[in-house]
Amino acid sequence: MQPDIVTRVIGVIAKTQHIPVEAIKPESLFQELNIDSMDGINIVFALENEFGVQISDEDAKSIRGVPDVVEGIEKLLRQKAE
Amino acid sequence: MTPRRVAVTGMGVFSACGRNAREFWEAMKAGRSGIGPLEGFAGFRITTGAQISGYDAAAHLDPKDADLIDRFAQYGLIAAREAVAAAGIEFTPESRLSTGVITGSCLGGKVAEDEAFRQLYADGNPRVHPMTIPRIMANAAASRIGLEWGLTGASFTLATACSSANHALAHAFWMVRQGSLEMAIAGGSEAPFSVAHLRAWEAIRVVSPDTCRPFSLGRRGLSLGEGAAMLILEPLDRARARGAEVLGEIVGAGMSADAHHITQPSAEGAARAMRLALEDAGLAPAQIGYINAHGTGTQANDATEARAIHAVFGGHASRLVVSSTKSMHGHALGAAGALEAAATVMALRSGILPPTANFVEADPACDLDVAPNQARHTGTGYALSNSFAFGGLNAVLAFARA
Repeated sequence: MQPDIVTRVIGVIAKTQHIPVEAIKPESLFQELNIDSMDGINIVFALENEFGVQISDEDAKSIRGVPDVVEGIEKLLRQKAE
Repeated sequence: MTPRRVAVTGMGVFSACGRNAREFWEAMKAGRSGIGPLEGFAGFRITTGAQISGYDAAAHLDPKDADLIDRFAQYGLIAAREAVAAAGIEFTPESRLSTGVITGSCLGGKVAEDEAFRQLYADGNPRVHPMTIPRIMANAAASRIGLEWGLTGASFTLATACSSANHALAHAFWMVRQGSLEMAIAGGSEAPFSVAHLRAWEAIRVVSPDTCRPFSLGRRGLSLGEGAAMLILEPLDRARARGAEVLGEIVGAGMSADAHHITQPSAEGAARAMRLALEDAGLAPAQIGYINAHGTGTQANDATEARAIHAVFGGHASRLVVSSTKSMHGHALGAAGALEAAATVMALRSGILPPTANFVEADPACDLDVAPNQARHTGTGYALSNSFAFGGLNAVLAFARA
């Protein structure tokens, strides 16, 4: 996992959910952070803005925590660069 | 079986004239208008309105919660919280099942809609915020209020333009009276100050360039207002049994449609709604001492409303006090009837009839005692509150002193 992407993802989650950055760890799962499926949709929207990518409905539904998000964003950024 | 009597046991108000029911009533009694220069709309032909200046959602809602609902629904929730607290209600699993939330909203979440469409059309950004749909939906206030206490009785939102809150209160009253609900949180909320919506009001040319002067010579139109008012309605005997303070009663409701013109009012439709409210309440016209008028401050409404009142009340019309509190809280569209219901309940309760503010000179076309600029210290037992909407949909409520 690229550290700067992890930091940016955590920043996006913290901002959209109004929780402190320190409360989110690189391994945090949404369930632990009390983030429900509707919150997840808000996070996906903010991630698309942050990284300039498009996240499919399928991918949006499958994210469960910070590791999934970082992995997905890295994949999308790689695809974008190619 | 005698129909149940319906008590008002709590009220909450959030408006330009006061951020709670007490402040609001102080302003009404004093004839203090909340209409002033609009903030945030430079370059508009409409320069004044009854705006809740310095509104900070974070002072009232958890920030994450505030993201989910538009300003109009936030106002509704703030007013509902005050009303429930004032009524001293502690919900139980049983009472939650039979408590409903019935709200009026003319516009829904216009502030959120405007922001989404601005991004879409002006910024060329095809992506709008994912919560745009729940923010825009007109029932957001009713739904969010229900969520606050887990209320699962019949709940809905009515959109009949300027009559929305009166239609909502009337339905809530009828449902409590007939036993379909044991309690209702009912009223209206509106947040009409958005760029596109304000431009639409400019275009229709009914908004006053200075202030709202209902029934007065020199009136130049309505002044838009924003805010919310929510009332707690419950059967009178139950309210007494639980030791609640009864602030007043709703005793009747009448509705009619003009089917006359999409914007022009009709005296006949207005008169019919007043007559039906009196009939529903079992009141004779001569028993009414006060009417909280629709009184928008437009040329057409005020003269037509005066004709309708004369048609219904005959000689008694000259003994009535008829005031328009829109001269103070502005025309809050889907919240208007609820703000006016709060003012009417307080008027009956206190024996102080709120004035028509900003009044300059009597207009022969509106020959009524409109309590110009000064409250009237005249106790009365019964009052009507009128709402006549654009589109010709009318709803009138009848109130009794507790």
